[in-house]
Parts: sequence; structure tokens; C-alpha cells
Amino acid sequence: MNAPAAPGPGALAALAARLFCVDPAGTGVHLRALPGPARDAWLAATRAMLGEGTPVRRVPVTIPDGRLLGGLDLAATLAAGRPVAERGVLADADGGVVVLAMAERLPTGTAARIAAVMDAGHVMVERDGLALSAPARVGVVALDEGVEPDERPPAVLADRLAFLLDLATVRASEVLGGCAPSDIAQARARLPGVTASDDMVGGLCAAAVALGVDSMRAPLAALRVARAAAALAGRDTVTAEDAGIAAQLVFAPRATRLPAPPEAESEPPQDSPPEDTPPQPQDASAPDSDDPEDLKKSLDEDQELLIDAVKAVLPEDVLAQLAAGLSRRQPSRSRGRAGELCAGSLRGRPAGVRRGDPKAGARLDLLETLRAAAPWQRLRPRAPGSQARIAVRREDFRVSRMRQHSATTTIFVVDASGSSALHRLAEAKGAVELMLAECYVRRDSVAMVAFRGRKAEVLLPPTRSLVRAKRSLAGLAGGGGTPLADAMDAARLLADAVRRKGDSAVVVFLTDGRANVTKAGEGDRAQAEADALASARVLRAEGVNALLVDTSPRPQAAARTMAEAMGARYLPLPHADSRTLTGAVRAASLAG
Amino acid sequence: MSGLFPFTAIVGQEEMKLALQIAVVDPSVGGVLVFGDRGTGKSTTIRALAGLLPRMKAVVGCPYGCDPAGMAGICERCHGGAKPKSELVPVPVVDLPLGATEDRVVGALDLERALAQGVKAFEPGLLARAHRGFLYIDEVNLLEDHLVDVLLDVAASGENVVEREGLSVRHPARFVLIGSGNPEEGELRPQLLDRFGLSVEVRTPGDIPTRVEVVKRRDAFERDPEGFRTRWAKEDDRLRKRITAARTRLPQVEVPDAMLERAAQLCLKLGTDGLRGELTLMRAARAFASLEGDRCVTDAHLRRVAPSALRHRLRRNPLDDAGSGTRVDRALQEVFG
Repeated sequence: MNAPAAPGPGALAALAARLFCVDPAGTGVHLRALPGPARDAWLAATRAMLGEGTPVRRVPVTIPDGRLLGGLDLAATLAAGRPVAERGVLADADGGVVVLAMAERLPTGTAARIAAVMDAGHVMVERDGLALSAPARVGVVALDEGVEPDERPPAVLADRLAFLLDLATVRASEVLGGCAPSDIAQARARLPGVTASDDMVGGLCAAAVALGVDSMRAPLAALRVARAAAALAGRDTVTAEDAGIAAQLVFAPRATRLPAPPEAESEPPQDSPPEDTPPQPQDASAPDSDDPEDLKKSLDEDQELLIDAVKAVLPEDVLAQLAAGLSRRQPSRSRGRAGELCAGSLRGRPAGVRRGDPKAGARLDLLETLRAAAPWQRLRPRAPGSQARIAVRREDFRVSRMRQHSATTTIFVVDASGSSALHRLAEAKGAVELMLAECYVRRDSVAMVAFRGRKAEVLLPPTRSLVRAKRSLAGLAGGGGTPLADAMDAARLLADAVRRKGDSAVVVFLTDGRANVTKAGEGDRAQAEADALASARVLRAEGVNALLVDTSPRPQAAARTMAEAMGARYLPLPHADSRTLTGAVRAASLAG
Repeated sequence: MSGLFPFTAIVGQEEMKLALQIAVVDPSVGGVLVFGDRGTGKSTTIRALAGLLPRMKAVVGCPYGCDPAGMAGICERCHGGAKPKSELVPVPVVDLPLGATEDRVVGALDLERALAQGVKAFEPGLLARAHRGFLYIDEVNLLEDHLVDVLLDVAASGENVVEREGLSVRHPARFVLIGSGNPEEGELRPQLLDRFGLSVEVRTPGDIPTRVEVVKRRDAFERDPEGFRTRWAKEDDRLRKRITAARTRLPQVEVPDAMLERAAQLCLKLGTDGLRGELTLMRAARAFASLEGDRCVTDAHLRRVAPSALRHRLRRNPLDDAGSGTRVDRALQEVFG
């Protein structure tokens, strides 16, 4: 058996489209691409292969639960005088495909609902006085238009989608075509009878572990894909080739490491922060007492083949990155963008409705109010002579709930000690001024903490005033020790105050991370470092969104350790001027 | 739905399975919270519980499934009157879907009857259906706040009071709350956290044979659910019998004073708030002893259930990097030596 030849990303995308059509509900596609001809071509090809009768529904990102899952049909309820249920998009698409537009902006709650329907294969609705259950075996295509690495669909959904396709480098002509709907139909008919040997299953599981693919859903998805591939090829058993295709499509985009070459004894150090570290690599040659020898041997062989197949389709840069032991950058946890969401406010975007009187500024949601009143119309006596067509009572009132993005305060914590050369200070000042000019437009504010000598001081409380900032910045002198712990504590207090006001805070440290003054203000390097690490952990525990810019001319481990301890992004910028610094800070605070 | 996965066919995840069994043997332990990695079979296992529960006696036609034997805490309909007829019904395991609205959870006016007959009748909601059984909330940390408030209130009082749409109804709603979620999606409010008696952390299995087995069984189930269930029916039966026996044995299981002292020491060491921790620890240890067929709670039982009973009650210490599970283990080492 030979590992399959390396198809390009275009061929892979076309292949994924075919396999998705064979088993839509069992697989699912996460399609990462900006809108353009390639994506349109892929969708068109998929639609063509699915054939005429298959429903394909597009789900907008702001879909309310009532439309997604089903609920009360207002018009029909009014006409009939009794509650009439309306089916949601998911139930409508039973046996077909739903296309989620702009999935990277999908709220986690909506994603979780879709995921629950994918798991169960039916919609269960308990809302608006209705209890419905409708079959909904749907295939999901999530269109991800994210540009930044952190802009991704919620993990609860992405984890359940077998294929992850990136069409960034794919031309439209590469994904056109495909096969005839009749071929797909034939493969579908064959699919239930396709079997996979235990060796194949074992090989897929072992390959997943070796490649650092953690989720148990990945090998399951790979198995389904392999089966679909066999069915499409007209076979009744899964061959190594099918498994290779599955590994290429399912594991390659998810791989977080490459297995160490046999001769290398030690695994290169993992670069990710501790809690993201995948379980220790299961070295295939490690002795495992309860594992039968022969099984292990065949596992080894299958696994090798599959890993080779995966390697063949990984882009050069990713391959190099993985081989160097650097794990691929994991998207960070928080999905906050300009500011954390605060619900229940009176301004901002609508976020559903609740019962209540339209008072204290709350806005009446007319449609939902009518919807609530609709079923009661026959029961409610009208006053004689009343011209009112609809009797609406107080208990029908529904008001909109809003939520808005809170303002962001960027807190700069600037190392003004002797170890940070003076010119770095000038750059930091420049960056703060540039940020401030921007913040004025974005209605954000800036604060500044400087630390040198024995302690840190808040040089600039949160402000939007450019003049005031410039004045206090001008007075900042450099030199002296590095009381890093004190600076972190000051930043934490400031961030806390900002959050209490309902805004969100981003803390930006500009330092080389080499603390040499303790909390008590004494010059003891070891104790100072311990203090700083302790303070950093408190910052992390409080969930402060932080960025650490390493300003030393030659980035060293000290700052990196500090950044890890406080859960901050680490950014070495040895030769930055104030403009690049601003750019980096902006990117970091936008990505949250 | 493609039917339930057999409980005994779940590979590994012993702590989660044990916690669920304990909750079945002694519902007074309080709910079970399962937090952990994606795709570890949390929902599958909890839903599988429904297939494992022995049937219970309930009053015929009672919308709340009242216990004909228990006179305390039954609904108004079953209160008074002649001795009610009873029947064997399955123990409810009610799924609270995300996006459920409040009226369906607590119950509301029966629209159909109101419109057709002009009768003001109460249509029981999910809480009524879950009475004497289990209420399962998947992605519990994504539940909307106002629903969480309702659940907390009812779980604490064991009674659902409905005051809406001109109705005034109260009915018993004692259920075991089971929640699952992924901590990365968001933290759980401490009040809700405290309501759960046991808390379990699940991880993705790391060794290949286990993973292979998981994939194989899941695959076999998906391809032929009926056949798969038949193959595991015997094993499920055995466990069901064990649970039934444990339930009857439970009142006779003794808790020696020495064990109570140990539990108190452990809670003291960990600085858990209130007495709920000790109480849960004791009850869980007793239920576990009963499951094991023992008549007396010992150190071994305490040790086994302590992590689940205590890990979510620790006060957060920002300077301690270790997970709460590790901290419980450390305290166990110190107390038990």
C-alpha cells in the first residue's frame, strides 16, 4: 500500500465537497474563505451534486431562536384563533444542508443549539407554549469569513464539523465540476453497508493521537469520511487509500504536532501554555503492557502511512512550524472584540425580548407583543362599539433587551527603569499618543502606569484627553530599578476600577521582564522575580486581558515567562518604533 | 432520536459514571455537574442513564407522577380522596433544550383548552415532568440567566410556584439536576455551582487502545443501534439490579462516627464553605458503600467520592495554580496519610 499522492488544496476541497454530499449529516464542513469566486464555485458544485430535491437553507448569523428551531406562527395563529406552530429552518432542511453565513460571528448560544440538533438528528422545541419535535438530519456548512486567527466559529460547532477547508489559495476553476448527482445517490445507497476493519479504526485513532488531535470527535469523523470515500469509490470495505483521504481531510487541518522521528529520543519542548498542552505524545514504540503486540504492530504501520498522507498535504510553513515543535497557534479563549458584552442595557444591539412594561427607557417590541396577544383574541371580550381589531393587554407587553459593547480602556504599563534604555521610553510615549488620537475616534480611553526606582505610579488615570496625556507623559523620566511586581499590582487595581465602571480593560506592558526590586521596595533580584511572578498569577486569575511587549533589544526568557504567568500575549518587538508598536497593540486588543 | 446508547457500553470515564450511579441510588446527594473536554461523551452518558433506571410507582393519570406511597409533598390532585391507583412508569430524564422559554419550563396556561373551551387550565412544564426524576441541562453554562434563577429557586424548595397569566398553581418538583458543559465556554455562576452535589471533570482519554474502543463502539452503535443495544442489554440489566439492590440496602448502611470525623477534617483542611460539603460527602460515601455491597462506610469509600463531592466547593485561590482536583488529592493525602 502506498500513501496517496499529495493533492493540492483545490483538489482536496473538491474531494471534500463530494464526500460531504455522500454523508452530509455525518460530516459537515467548516469553510474558511472570504466571499469570492472560489467559495461560490464550491457552494455551487456542492449544490449541484446534492441534486434537485435536497433542501439547502441559508441561515443568517442573527437568526432568532424562533426561526432557527421553530415557534409560534403569528399570522397563522391570528387567522386560526389557536396556537399554530411554525417549523424552524433546521427542521425545514431535514435531509438536506444548512449553510451558516458568517459563522465566525455566530453567538455561542446559537452554535450550541445547532450542535445539539446535529447530535440528536432532530429538533426539540420547548418555547412559546409549544412542545415540538421534528426530525432534522442536516448537514452543516459553516462559512467562516474570519481573517484574524482568532476569528473562528464557536468551538462547540467547529468541533463537530469533519472537514475544515481553507480556500485562501484556491482558484474557482479548481473546485468546479465534481460528479453527477446520480453517482452521489449511488454512493449514499452503498454507504450503510460499508465496513471498516479494526485495524483501520485503530490506525485512524493512533494517527490522531500522534498528530496531537485531541478531540474524540475527530477520529469518529475520520471514520465516517473514510466510509464515504469507500462508498463513493464503489467499494464495500474501507481501504488504506480511503483512510488516507480521511486523514488528509480531517486530521491535517487539526494537527498540532508531528510525531518525533524514530531516531530522535526527546520530544521538542512544547511551546503552548500549560493548560493547552495536549496529553503527552503516545510514542508508538513506547512499551504498553495491556496492548497486544500484533495489534500494535499493525497500528504502527497504518499510522505511519496515515501520517505520511497528512504530511503530504500540510503546507510547507505549517509543516516546518510543527516539525520545529512549535504548536500551531491556538485561538485564544476569550472572544471579546472591542469590549466585553454587557447585557441588559438600554442601548446597543437587540438581544431578544422579555416580558415587562415599556418603562424606564425599555423599548416595546411590537411584533413580539402581538405574537403574545394573538392566541387570546377570541377569548377577550371587546368593549361594545370598540373599533379595535386586536385586544392587547398589559401582560402581553414584551420589551426588547439590548446589549452593547462597552468602551475599552487601554492601560499602558511602561518600564522606565535603567534596564530599559531611554529611547524605548520615548517610543512608548509616542505609542500612547498615537493610541490616544485613535481612541478619541473610538470613544475609548487610555491610562498609564510608569514604574522605576522603588515603586510604580499611576501617571495618567483613564482619560480621553490628549492634552492631559501629553502633559503627564512629558514629565516622565527614566532610570533606576525595576519594581515589576508593584507595577502589576497597580495595573490590576486600575483594571479592576475600569471594569467596575462597566468598561473593559486591556493592559499593555512595555518591559523587558527583568524585575529587581521587591514589593517591599528592596533590591533583591531573586525575591523580586518571585514577587513579580506571584503578582502575574493574580492578574491571570482575575482574567485581565493583557499584552506584554518585550522591549529588550534581544528578547529573552524572562519576559516570556512573565507573560505566560499572567496569561498575556507575548510580543517581542526589539526594533519597534512607536508606529509599529501602536499597530501591534491595536491588533492585540482587537483580537481580545 | 436514534435511541439511547447503553450506559455500560461507555468506555472509561469511571468517575462520571460513578457519580451518576450515586445520584440514582441516593437522589438527596444533589445534582451532578459534568465539566470537561469536548467530545468525551458527557451528553451520551447522561442520556444513557435514562435506559438504566428501574421503573417507579406513580399515581395513574397524575401529571406530576406522584408517589402513591409518599404522602408528603404530593400534588393537590392526589391529595385526599380515595387510595389512588398506581402504575409502573419509567423514571423521567428530562432534557432541557437550550433556547427553551420560561413558560415551557415552569408551565403555563393551556392555550388549546383556553381557546377551545374557555377553561383556565394549567399546562405543566418541564419541571413538572422532571418531578421524581432527572433534569438534564446540556451546556449549562450557556443557560440564560432568568432560567437559571427559576431552576435555582425550584431546586432549593422542591416546589414549583407558578403565578402568571392569571394562574396560581403550586406543584411538587423534586428532581436531580444534572448539568454538563465545557468550561471554555464560560464559567458557571457560583450559586448554581453550589447546587450540584457532585462535580466531575472529564478528560479526553489519552491512550490509544481506549480511544480505539470508543470509536469502535460509537461506530457500531451508529450503524446498528438496535443490535448494539441488544448486545449490551445483559450488562445494563446487571447494573440495574445492582442499583436496585443498593437502593434497598441504603437505609441500613452505617456511617461510623470516626468517618464523620474524617469527613469534617477533610472539609476543614480544604476550607469549604458551609456544611453542605460534609453532608454531600457523607451521603455520597454511603451511596457508594451501598453500591459496593458494604454495610459500613470506610476510608476507602470516602477517598473515592471526596474529589467529586468537594472539588467545586473550594474557595478559589488565585495564587495556587494547581487544579481543584489536585488540591483535594493533597488534602486527602494529609488526612488519610
